[in-house]
Amino acid sequence: MYDISNWWNSYINEDFIRVTVQLWKGFGVTLSLFFLTLILAIPLGLVLAFCTRSSFPLLKLPFRAFVYVIRGTPLLLQLMIVIYIPGIAFHAPITKWGMFGGNVARAYFFGALFAFVINYACYFSEIFRGGIENIPKGQYEACDVLGMTRSEAFFRVILLQVIRNILAPMSNEIITLVKDTALARTVAVTEILFCAYEFLKIDAIIWPLFYTGLFYLVFNAVLTWLFGIAEKKLSRYYK
Amino acid sequence: MALLEVTNLKKSFQDTDVLKGISFSLERGEVLAIIGSSGSGKTTLLRCLNFLETADSGSIQVDHHTIFGGDDAEAASVLASPKQIRKNRLYFGLVFQSFHLFPQYTVLQNLTLSAQLKALKENKALPRQERRQKAEIFRTLDQQAMELLKRVGLSEKISSYPCELSGGQQQRVAIARALMLTPDILCFDEPTSALDPELTKEVMGVIRSLKSSDTTMIVVTHEMDFARNVADKVIFMANGIIEEKGTPEEVFDHPKSPILQSFISNT
Repeated sequence: MYDISNWWNSYINEDFIRVTVQLWKGFGVTLSLFFLTLILAIPLGLVLAFCTRSSFPLLKLPFRAFVYVIRGTPLLLQLMIVIYIPGIAFHAPITKWGMFGGNVARAYFFGALFAFVINYACYFSEIFRGGIENIPKGQYEACDVLGMTRSEAFFRVILLQVIRNILAPMSNEIITLVKDTALARTVAVTEILFCAYEFLKIDAIIWPLFYTGLFYLVFNAVLTWLFGIAEKKLSRYYK
Repeated sequence: MALLEVTNLKKSFQDTDVLKGISFSLERGEVLAIIGSSGSGKTTLLRCLNFLETADSGSIQVDHHTIFGGDDAEAASVLASPKQIRKNRLYFGLVFQSFHLFPQYTVLQNLTLSAQLKALKENKALPRQERRQKAEIFRTLDQQAMELLKRVGLSEKISSYPCELSGGQQQRVAIARALMLTPDILCFDEPTSALDPELTKEVMGVIRSLKSSDTTMIVVTHEMDFARNVADKVIFMANGIIEEKGTPEEVFDHPKSPILQSFISNT
């Protein structure tokens, strides 16, 4: 008969704790990459949205082209460009940059972060642009005739309606970002999938790879729950 | 001199001349109804008065102040600055066809928002010792708003959100919101076109009840009964000009222009 306690002991004692600790460390890197990307890409996306909406062609066209290029090429390729091009084309590999103090892991992390921020800012900017353009013109006119300034109108009246408009596409994009952080593995960022892969290479155990799925699932469950609350709060104002 | 003096106002979009020289005047306390078929320029005229469109030429004077255009080009360009426009448009209030209430604010907040922003700015400009507490300002504004809501019959709805109200109630809130900034002239842009006949009656009743010696109103409307019974003056517009103007009796009972005659017989 199969002895379940034996199976349990074999993992709990030998690998399970070791793997869990290591994956938690990797997950910490994953979360850092996720939150930093989010915090930096949202304001940058808002700025990009205003630039691509500008009525001034010298501002609008280059930014539209930039957003098109970033959205039209794989994030994986952009990661490689950020990490390798400085070294190949300019003989200045990012690992040698003074700002990273010779710390290779840090250089790769911030290189990857840079690529993620640019990529996600472009996606966010298109979502913001749609959200802003969907506000009925009458809302602006109502603010105008009530003597509000442009910034009063935007921050006191328009912004919350924009947030409500973009909530669903943003929650989609943000959950995609959680999973996209795994791409950073390819440029040696020690995020959770990277750590799990090390176990495969060194210890020849494969289950830690599948174990990572649990981390992603639980984290995305939390995000989905939070977005659900936000959606409920904002839908109060609309029938 | 009249409260409102509009002189030779012109406006064109691309190649279309929408207003081809509009002149009229309005005394304090008068109600002016502007009628005419769609595309005759009624709404554009109202939007020019409220600076939602900028007229190409002509002038607008309210209470002896020139607020748009005029003979002096230099003064006119000063008037065109965003800050001046923000100040001058407050001579007018505007009630829109489709209400445009702010969905995320309660009825009371819809009324007080712009008044609060305005009061805070004015308060800041005062010398330090004369400044009032923010809470005190807000309390006064809340009271004013409550009084206005009572006037339009919505006292019990102060903490409802716009989506919870009927179209007629929303429009009454919009009217109270426009009154909150105490405009000299209250404009209505087809205020009942988005409402069914019953709600139209309700809103028109409120507008009629506002009529008093110091409330001046301009109502663009398709409600001929309202124009005939409530207005002091009627302007009939066609193709960007004032085709005919006068008292309701003159316009409705003795129309001179053939366009007006056919317009009246069709409605």
